[in-house]
Formats: sequence, structure tokens, C-alpha cells
Amino acid sequence: MDKEIKFSWQDIIKYGVIGGIVALYVVLIGMVVTFKERYIIAETVNLGQIALFSPTFILAYFAANNARKLKSLIYAIVVGALVGAIVGVFVAALLVLASHVNMREVFLNVSPELLKILHFGQESLKGASLVIVGLNLIVGLVGGLFALAPRRWSNALLVGAALVTLMGILQELMSITFGTKDWYKPLGEFIYAKKGLSWGGTILFFVLGMLFSLWRSSPGLHPGARVAKLPPKQQQGVRIVSFLLGLAILVWLPKFLGSYPSEILTTVGIYVIMGLGLNIVVGFAGLLDLGYVAFFAIGAYTVGILTTTGKLATVGWNFWMALPVAIFLATMAGVILGIPVLKMRGDYLAIVTLGFGEIIRILVLSDWLKPYIGGAQGILQIPKPEILGYEFKGPQQIYYLVLIGILLVGYIAWRLRDARVGRAWKAMREDEDVAEAMGIHLVSTKLMAFATGAAFAGLSGAIFAAKLGSIFPHSFNLIVSINVLSLIIVGGIGSLPGVVVGALILVGLPELLREFADYRMLFYGALLVAMMLVKPEGFVPEKTHARELREQPLEPEVAPEAPAREAL
Amino acid sequence: MLRKFMRKHDVTDLVMWLIGFGLLVVVFIGTYRTLASGKYENSVWLDFFIFGLAQGSVYALIALGYTLVYGILFMINFAHGEVFTGGVFTAYFFAIAMERAGFIDRHWVLALLILMAIAMTVSVMVAVVLERIAYRPLRGAPRLVPLITAIGASFFLQYTYRGIYGSGVKTYPDFPALDGKLNAFGREWPILTTQALVIVVSALMMVFLYWYVQKTKAGKAMRAVAEDKEAAALMGIDVDRVIVNTFALGGAMAGVAGILYALLFKQVNAFMGFIPGIKAFTAAVLGGIGNVPGAMLGGLFLGIVESLGPSLILDGLGIPAPYQLKDAIAFTLLVLVLIFRPTGILGERLSEKKA
Repeated sequence: MDKEIKFSWQDIIKYGVIGGIVALYVVLIGMVVTFKERYIIAETVNLGQIALFSPTFILAYFAANNARKLKSLIYAIVVGALVGAIVGVFVAALLVLASHVNMREVFLNVSPELLKILHFGQESLKGASLVIVGLNLIVGLVGGLFALAPRRWSNALLVGAALVTLMGILQELMSITFGTKDWYKPLGEFIYAKKGLSWGGTILFFVLGMLFSLWRSSPGLHPGARVAKLPPKQQQGVRIVSFLLGLAILVWLPKFLGSYPSEILTTVGIYVIMGLGLNIVVGFAGLLDLGYVAFFAIGAYTVGILTTTGKLATVGWNFWMALPVAIFLATMAGVILGIPVLKMRGDYLAIVTLGFGEIIRILVLSDWLKPYIGGAQGILQIPKPEILGYEFKGPQQIYYLVLIGILLVGYIAWRLRDARVGRAWKAMREDEDVAEAMGIHLVSTKLMAFATGAAFAGLSGAIFAAKLGSIFPHSFNLIVSINVLSLIIVGGIGSLPGVVVGALILVGLPELLREFADYRMLFYGALLVAMMLVKPEGFVPEKTHARELREQPLEPEVAPEAPAREAL
Repeated sequence: MLRKFMRKHDVTDLVMWLIGFGLLVVVFIGTYRTLASGKYENSVWLDFFIFGLAQGSVYALIALGYTLVYGILFMINFAHGEVFTGGVFTAYFFAIAMERAGFIDRHWVLALLILMAIAMTVSVMVAVVLERIAYRPLRGAPRLVPLITAIGASFFLQYTYRGIYGSGVKTYPDFPALDGKLNAFGREWPILTTQALVIVVSALMMVFLYWYVQKTKAGKAMRAVAEDKEAAALMGIDVDRVIVNTFALGGAMAGVAGILYALLFKQVNAFMGFIPGIKAFTAAVLGGIGNVPGAMLGGLFLGIVESLGPSLILDGLGIPAPYQLKDAIAFTLLVLVLIFRPTGILGERLSEKKA
């Protein structure tokens, strides 16, 4: 064997212990019980089990990662299985301990239900412990084998598994949405069992996911690569056609999907608008703003106060008259809050903006301003927007309002990105002093970023108020700012399509998984840390970054990280 | 003409000074009107002041964690508030167990010491693990990267506590020995025993920390790393170890602060650390971040302002329920300090002279 890659007990124990701790964490935080009803495959595999066993799988994979270099089947199997067994011992130990001691008083989630699940149908404690260790051993073994597969194939397998999980989660939504349609019935009966995918559906989606991944990763077949080979004029043609096609699908979508999915899409869209705004502030200009929700709140409250017909009724304008005022006030707030923080360095800026956001929230909740903005009771009876007799009454109609908002804001952001001010932002992001030396007026450039970002948030808030018909202060807490920050970081900081992808993943998916609500912020927090550690450039990196990556094939390890980190 | 003028005098400076001046005028008017109306008696002011001192000393202890880490790594450990929560929330379960066994009634000093030891241990563990997993790999990355990580870690920890220990508000058991006003040296003092204890304990901790940083070898290494990492490493100091030490020390202070906080306010929950964390950060900035005595001073100052402010300033302005706005006062103070004197009262850095 190679000297550097050897069978090391120390490593196995290390990975096993880490996996064990993570598995215990998953159990204690309650995921196993919460997700137990979320069946993915034919009433046998549920999401709770996936959560329980994925630490084993992942750590066995990492422990056996050397197997790819060694090409040693035995190495992969032994290391994976051992790591799995160690994880299993941890979980089994918890089961034994919890069966003898009442841990519930401290650890809320160690419930009888959990113990029942962990027994895996076994009567005796001994049998159950053995089953747990055995199952973990098998999962670890599979994880080890996985490390042996070539990267392209292991990616394909992962995409397949991810698609199966996604389709399993989507079951409920599919039957709500299409349950009444004639074309869906035979399809649905084939794909889904009573709970979760049927075996046929599982295989179908697994294969589909794999094929998709293999197709994407084969250089000759990738659509982007093929388009790039075309002459420029045709390239533009392809782009225009695909844009129009995409737009047509987006316009047709709410009619096809019905009310509930449209509602989700509307929420996602509102976050997309906010994300595009924060992307300008954080992504383009490099100013970390944690009080971004304040501008969203200003937009929503302006529309609320100006249009409400309820107790706090003032002028009773319609939505379209209030909208410009809302955007204007949010913009002004952006400038006003921008001025004091102009000279602050990055990390102070984050805390001060956070302070601003909190001040606004405290003021809104206070008795002092209650007669004007309703305090904790909020503002009720905000009328729906109406144009030429078309009322944006339900989610299916508001959807179009959001869509127009996204197109408008997206277009502005796209044009600004490559305009003079956009390049000034990026220069400032890289190095303020150099940017100033190159003749960029820092004050106006920064204020422009704050103002634009705030204006987008104001628009988003205005639509939000119109969508809900009532607004409450608790909709505007710090968590919203963190959500928006997370979604632009996941999507890729500074990247416009990244905002959409980020919003779909971080806002859309949790809406589908209701049980997930409890873990949402936990997940976001972990994601922020993980993204910064592993993939700071995001999943859809900004184009310039991507180009830089392609031009430096010599340093594949350094290249993906360095430019994105500098960008921050 | 106008352009020339603009180039010479930054408009933003003018605006900021105007805002600051306006706020000073508001504070002055509010204070004057409150005092002139004679709504509160002197003894009430004294109570406010002592309460402010007690909560200020808790802020000061937490602020030390921010300042120590900042002094060495130049990063804001945004998750420090959660380090604080971890200790006090975990100790809660031991506290109720001890209450049930009647241990608190019989040996309250011992019980308190045990609780502090537990809270310190857990807080130190959280701080050290945080450093190892979330911050160490990012050393040398641009400033915002660890900051975003810290924000993520903060939320992750908050929701971890919530997930594991539950989301409800839990009430710490009473320490019967600490009820009522302080009786010492043959007379009753106008201060609650709990508050006196909080002030004394945190003063002791601060003296200990000052001694540790100034006189011990580990403290010397810490100051050396704060001064210059490369040079310290060349002198044979294990920089990673010193950084872990620093996080541990900050965690220990936060653990004690947690128990003191529980004595003062009685209630704990998963999200309790966030607001005190931000306020302690304010205190650290107020005193000059990276500066140990500054953090202590800043903490006390903030605690007192927060306790006196609502009644003193806002009452006079005719704002109803001014107590609701006390957090806003702290945040406003933070914003003002960062605008007008970002280096704080005593100046920055954990350097030779100031530490």
C-alpha cells in the first residue's frame, strides 16, 4: 500500500465518533419522529429514517474516500462498515440509556414514540440494538462502496436519490393539484403508493435522475456547450426563443397548478424580489446589510396605512397610488440609513444595520406609535389591487403582480450590473481604496446601492401587504433578513439566476414540507456555515467567477474558492 | 462652486453631526422635563441605578468574550450570545434537580458554584467547538466570510437549543437565601441581595480576567498573538492553541454571566442570548473593542443607560410605556457610538499598554 494512504484505526474511529454525534443530534433534535409520516418509498422508507441514516452514509463515504485512489474494494467495504457500526453503537447506546432512564425532562424529543421507532419492530432491547448496529453497518458499507464509484457515476446516483426524495415529498402537493384531472389518475396510480412513491415510481425517478445527471455531465451533450458552438446570431436567437418559452410557461403556470402551488410561488416570488435587492447591496456592492427587512416593512406599512379601509383608515387610496409612495419612502429610508453607515467597515456595518432593523421593529410594536400603525394588532383590511376591472384577489392573480415585479426588478438589476454604476459597485466590493483612487465617488455609489436595494424591498413589501390583506409586525423580524441573506448566498453571491434558485430551494421547498417549519432556521444556519466553508461562491456562481474558473484549469482546488471569497 | 464645496466638506459628515446634535437636544429636553416634573423620587433613581449596575456587569462579562476574540482575530463572534445561552440553559436542568432535592435551600453557595461550573463548562465547550468547526478553517478569509459563518452559527445554535431542550420559557428556581434587601455589617442596605451578589461576582471575574491576561504566561501569549500573529508564532507560541484559549476564556465568562443573568431575570429560553449578545457587543464597542477594561466600562455604562434612560429621557418626552423602548435605546447608543467614535471610549486593541 501507498505510505500516505493506509488503513488507520484512528481515522475510522474519528469518523465513526463524528457520525455518531451527528446521528445522536438528529435523533435528539426530533427529526426522526417529526418526519416519520413523510413516506418516500412505498410505506417502507420515510424521511425520518433518511435523516437518521444519512450521517452514517456521509461519514462512511468520507472515511472511505481514499478507496477511489486505491481502487481497493476491500478497503472501501471494511472502512465503510466499521464507521457505520460505530455510528450504530452510538444510536443503540442512546436507545439502551433512554429505555432505563427517563431522559424526557431534559431532552424533549426522547419520547416513547422515538423509542418505538428505534426498536425497528424488535421486541427485545438486545435485538433492537443489534438491528440498529446492523442497519448502520449496511448503510456505512454502501457509503464506502459509493466512494469507490467514479465521480461522474456517484454524482448521477446522488441526483437519482435526490429526485426520488423530492418526488416523494411532492406526493401530497401533486394529489392536491392534479387529483381531479383525468390525465393524472393513471399516472398518479403508477407513481405513488398510498404513502410515498411506489416501487415502479421509485425506479422510474431514480433512472430519470441518473440519466439527467449523466446527460448534463457529458461534455458533448450539454445544451449550454452545444449552444456555445453556434454562430453568435443563432445563439441570440436560441436565447430569445428560450426566454419567450420560459415566459409563456410562467404565465401559464398558475392556471395549470391551481391555487395552493400558486400561493407558494407567490411567496417565493416576493423573496426573489427582495433577494434581487439585497443582491445589489451585498452581492454587487459588498455591503452586508442585516437590517434589510426594515425596507420591506416600510413598503408594506406604507401601502397598509394608505389603502386600508379598516380602523386605521387614513386616505383610502388604491394600491396603484400607494405603490410609488411606498417605493419612494423605502428608497428614502435606504438613503437615510445609508448615510451614517457610509464610513463603517464591513463587520460594524452588519451590526449597525441589524440595530436599525431592530429599532424599526421595536418602534412598530410600541404603544407610542400604536395609534398610527396598529402596534401588535397590525393593520387589517387592506384592499386588493385592481386594474381595469381585473382584481388581483387570490394567489393565482397576485402571482402575475409578483411576476411583473420580478421581471421589472430583474431587468433593472441585470442592466445595472453591467452599467457604469454596477462596475463601480464591483470595484468598490473588491477594494474601496483602489476604487476611490480610480475616480469612483464612494458616497454616491454606496448610497445608490442602498437606495436601489431598499426600493426593491419596498416594492416587495407593497406586494406582500396587498397579497395578505393584513400586516402584522411579527412578519418583519430579523429572520426575514436572514432568509434573504441565506438565499442569495446559496444561489451564489452576486448572481441573478442564483437568487431565483436560492429562493426556490430555501423558500419553496420548506413550504412543501410543513413538518420542516421547526427546523427551517436550524437548516439555514447550518447552510450559511456550510456554504462559507465548502462552497462560498454558491450553487449558481456569478458569470465572471465561472469564467475565471474555466481560465485557470491548473488550480482546480484554489480557483473555485479564491475569487468568490475576494468578492465578499 | 457647489462641487468644490462638496469636495471639501463631506455632506455626510454634516448630516451625521446634525443627527447627533438633534439627538443630544432630544435627550436634554427629555431629561430636563422629567427632572422638572419630579415624577420619581430619589430612592427610585437609586434603584434604577443599582439595577443598571447589576445588569451592566452581566453585559460586561459577556462583552469580554467579544473583546477578547476581536482583539486576537479581528472578527465579531456573532454567536457569542448563543455561547452564553448554552451554559445557562443546560445548567437549568441541574438547578431544578437541585431544588427538588432541597440542595439549594441547604447549601446555596455550593449549589451556585456547581451551577456556575456547569454553565462555564458547557459554554466553554460550545465556544471551542464553534471555533474548531466554523472559524478555524476560515482564518485568513476576507472579513465578511467568517461574519456570515458566525451569523449562521448563531441561528444554528439557537434552534439547536430550541430543538433539544424545547421552545418554552423556563423559570430558574429561587434562591431563598438571596431574597430581600442586603443585610450586612449590622444594617440593611438599599440594594437587593441578588443584585449585590451579581455585582460582586462579576467584579471578581473581571479582576480574575485582568490578572489572567496581564500576569499569567497564557495571558502574555494571548497579548503577543493579539499584537502580531506571525511574530508570536516565531517566538514559539502555538497560535492555534492561544486562539482556542481565548475562545474558552470568553466562553467561561459567558457561562458565569449566564448564571448571574438567571439570578437577575429568572427566566431562560433558547433565544435568550440574542439580545444580551447584541447589547454586550454594543458594550464592547462602547469601551473600545479589543480592549479589556473598555469592555467592562462599556458594559456598566450601557447597563446604567438602559436602566435610567427610558424613565429619564423618554418619560419627559411624553412617550407612553417608555420601558418598551429600552432595547431601542441600546441600539441607538450602538449606532451613535459607531458613527461618532468607532474606536470607543478607551480606544481599540488588546495591546501592551491598554490590556
